[in-house]
Amino acid sequence: MTAGDANVGHGIQMPEGGGLISRRGLLRGGACAAAGWLLGGPSGYGAVVPSRPAKAKAVIQIWLWGGMAHLDTFDPKPDAGYDYCGQLAKAIPTNVDGIQIGEMLPELAKQADKYSIIRSMTHGVDAHETATYMVQTGRAAGDRIVYPCVGAVVSLFKGYDAGYNGLIPPYVILTEPLGRFSETGFLGSKYKPFSTGGDPGQRRFMVEGVVAEGISDERQRGRRELLDKLGTLATAAQGDPQVGALKKAQEDAYDLIMGNGAKVFDLSQEKDDLRERYGRNTFGQSCLMARRLVEQGVRFVTINYKGWDTHKQHFQIMRRKLPEFDKGLASLLADLSGRGLLESTLIWCCGEFGRTPKVQWEPPWNGGRGHYGEVFSAVVAGGGFRGGCVVGSSDAKGEAVKERPVHPVDMIGSMYQLLGIDPDATLQHPQGFAVRLLPSAKDGFKSGGKLREIM
Amino acid sequence: MAVGMRVSLMAAAMMTVLAVAAAAKEPVRPFELGQVAAPGCKIDELVFTRLRQLGIQPANLCSDNVFVRRVFLDVIGTLPTPKEASDFLQDTRPDKRAALIDQLLGREEFADYWSLKWADLLRVKAEFPINLWPNAVQGYHRWIRTAIKDNAPYDQFVRELLTASGSNFRNPQVNFYRALQSKEPKAIAQAVALTFMGERADKWPAERLNGMAAFFAQIGYKSTQEWKEEVVFFDPSKVAPGAPAARLGTPVFPDGTAAKVPPDVDPREVFADWLVTPKNPWFARNMVNRAWAWLFGRGIIHEPDDIRPDNPPSNPELLAWLEGELVAAKFDMKHIFRLILNSRVYQLSSIRPSERPEAEANFAFYPMRRLDAEVLIDALCQITGTTEEYSSPIPEPFTFIPDGQRSIALADGSVTSPFLEMFGRPSRDTGVESERNNRPTAAQGLHLLNSSHVRQKIERGEKLRNLIWSSGSPEEAVTRVYMAILSRQPTAQEMRGVREYFESGKVSRQEAYVDLAWALINSAEFLFRH
Repeated sequence: MTAGDANVGHGIQMPEGGGLISRRGLLRGGACAAAGWLLGGPSGYGAVVPSRPAKAKAVIQIWLWGGMAHLDTFDPKPDAGYDYCGQLAKAIPTNVDGIQIGEMLPELAKQADKYSIIRSMTHGVDAHETATYMVQTGRAAGDRIVYPCVGAVVSLFKGYDAGYNGLIPPYVILTEPLGRFSETGFLGSKYKPFSTGGDPGQRRFMVEGVVAEGISDERQRGRRELLDKLGTLATAAQGDPQVGALKKAQEDAYDLIMGNGAKVFDLSQEKDDLRERYGRNTFGQSCLMARRLVEQGVRFVTINYKGWDTHKQHFQIMRRKLPEFDKGLASLLADLSGRGLLESTLIWCCGEFGRTPKVQWEPPWNGGRGHYGEVFSAVVAGGGFRGGCVVGSSDAKGEAVKERPVHPVDMIGSMYQLLGIDPDATLQHPQGFAVRLLPSAKDGFKSGGKLREIM
Repeated sequence: MAVGMRVSLMAAAMMTVLAVAAAAKEPVRPFELGQVAAPGCKIDELVFTRLRQLGIQPANLCSDNVFVRRVFLDVIGTLPTPKEASDFLQDTRPDKRAALIDQLLGREEFADYWSLKWADLLRVKAEFPINLWPNAVQGYHRWIRTAIKDNAPYDQFVRELLTASGSNFRNPQVNFYRALQSKEPKAIAQAVALTFMGERADKWPAERLNGMAAFFAQIGYKSTQEWKEEVVFFDPSKVAPGAPAARLGTPVFPDGTAAKVPPDVDPREVFADWLVTPKNPWFARNMVNRAWAWLFGRGIIHEPDDIRPDNPPSNPELLAWLEGELVAAKFDMKHIFRLILNSRVYQLSSIRPSERPEAEANFAFYPMRRLDAEVLIDALCQITGTTEEYSSPIPEPFTFIPDGQRSIALADGSVTSPFLEMFGRPSRDTGVESERNNRPTAAQGLHLLNSSHVRQKIERGEKLRNLIWSSGSPEEAVTRVYMAILSRQPTAQEMRGVREYFESGKVSRQEAYVDLAWALINSAEFLFRH
């Protein structure tokens, strides 16, 4: 893509990266208007041109860091034998005729009408970072350009630039950044997620920066007055835009600390039995937290759910983790559905790849599963995705796509469509050229097409 | 250059001063001295003349306490210790600012801090999408740091980067050709144009880029037996530039002249010969403009890496003069730093004398900018006596950074650190200056105002505790906290404000000190270079 590319007219003019400060007013004019003019954009304004009918208002992404084994969960192969199934050979029926899932997921089996399983995800990349990049950006690593992930794109199209004025930042990660992965790529730090830190599974969810144990509200107020009183330079340089930016950043921060922000993160406001249903662990309570955030209007929540890189002790780990996964996700589906939020909330659950269908019994793995990008499963629900369906399939042993390959770009393009984001939009690279939001077939990208069968 | 012209410039500058004096504002204490008495050097003449033409009055001169903090942060990326600050403030020599500048240019941290800047431009990073890998990162960073420490002439520095061949471990400057997202000749040409010419070649016409790319069409890469070792070399077996089969056509310099590359000569040599000469219109210009931008937050051409005919310098005479100085000094970078740092222009106050955008573009004041991420965390560690832990678990081999390592001295841009990311450390993907983002955000606000990370530093940092609780009156303790954080003494008004807080009865004495340090750390005066 070059500067001369003609197709920037209907695209997004990305404003210079920057803080939350400049968001509401400044961005509308100034730098981006100039950039738009230079590029020949018709509107010249930084904000957004999605304005297509959107079914999904928010996304909850459950990121299974490390890659969850598809054979033990959503693509069971009970006939493949011990070498493939190990100790988890059984498949169980669900509340949808003809759909079976792994035996460790009984709660999700009761909710199968609410989600669809994609059993033919594929990209062929077997390393964590490059596969993560692939699944979250739809692009292959190694291009000159570092692309933003879906969350950052949603934050661009649905966040402050599009008039979002929620108390909580529009893009939140529970609880730690994905690491080794720049969520925002060339979009820059303005679209970075707010990562909460802390642990929602603890007695009190200590959201880093929002909740400070041991500092009373009164002391917070006293401190803030002291900060104003001692702000000698800020007073002397009143009117300096940098000083203004800092002040605004601090005011926004105080809205969260002293205002209702802290209450949103306070899980004790939920009933005990509901908290039990979600599971009193980090993942379960993260799911509950995600629901609370979506209720507040947050656009994109990522639950960074670690621990799926099971090279060793695979089956022990599955027995420990799958019940908590099962309970958390099933409760989230039921809860969102019960509150009428599932229609507008898109759930996207997958990892960077699957795991080797054939169990590695040999040392040093002694019963582990390796990385596997050839075929793996993903689960989607809500936000315009139909439930109770299976898309695509893998072969008898779950080693290759049998029918209907779904590439990351297909998944992402489908989500953009449901979110009302034009998949043909262009983004503005800071070096001054336009970049297509998603690659097209003519860029040599493999595609199986959007997930029309469930949209 | 006619002598007469110089004299008339001088005269014009003198008149500027008179005009300025008439309208000068009262200095704002404790940040300003009086007005600028007279231009002290050529830079002052050129800048003040331009400001006079625009009818803009420059800011007052900054006070000593502002200067000591500013010059430490700008030159060595390090906050002055209370002793360093008070030594300077008590020094009565008239040339103490110049003496401090000389001293700082010789410090070890100078090499650390400017290696950080160069490592940003050269994309020194182990991982995706640059993928230098840890060993090469260490070697490359050490090579850069040594060159800066030894003040290697800039032309030699660039020539070595552009023409080196050999192993990425043993001859680490070859990593220039590895620290790229693509090793295609055009991508290499773009990186060279960006880094050393300040131009964005993706805006060039195709034939111009092709002409330059042809110089980089015969770079070979091969791996060795050693893990992640890679040899970069001149590979004549790749289609010779100019040969009929060469896709890119013949090598043409970016100024449009065709190059003659004899057979079996590495075309990179020919390109470097063209680039690193005094006559080259880009080479010195790009460097002095960047150096200016590094010290002032904006270039004479701005953005500093977007030089093009339709983006003219705000002060062409100033830029031309600096270029001449760099060439005359045989590409001695410290000479350029010394010239700029000693100018009155650099030593102006940061309090804006005018709201007009031309005031900023023409350096009528020293612009405030938030501290770089690495400088900020180092300063917090220095004040409190705490350290940060850094490690890099992937790729292998694991990198563990020794405890107490300064963040400005980190070699690898991919070392994980949520703090550095939150505060806008560049990703080192593109080498574009604007990758570094020093704008304040609400998330940063939350972190500094209320996170356990910063709280623990302030509440438990042993050095800060000792500072507070060593002998003397509460006023002396408050003064020590001010010296450690803001490098100055509190004003009488501030001391009153602190006393009121201490005596309010709402907080214990210990909490009061913690809150004082917290408030100063969250002040614009601490968070900004000013």
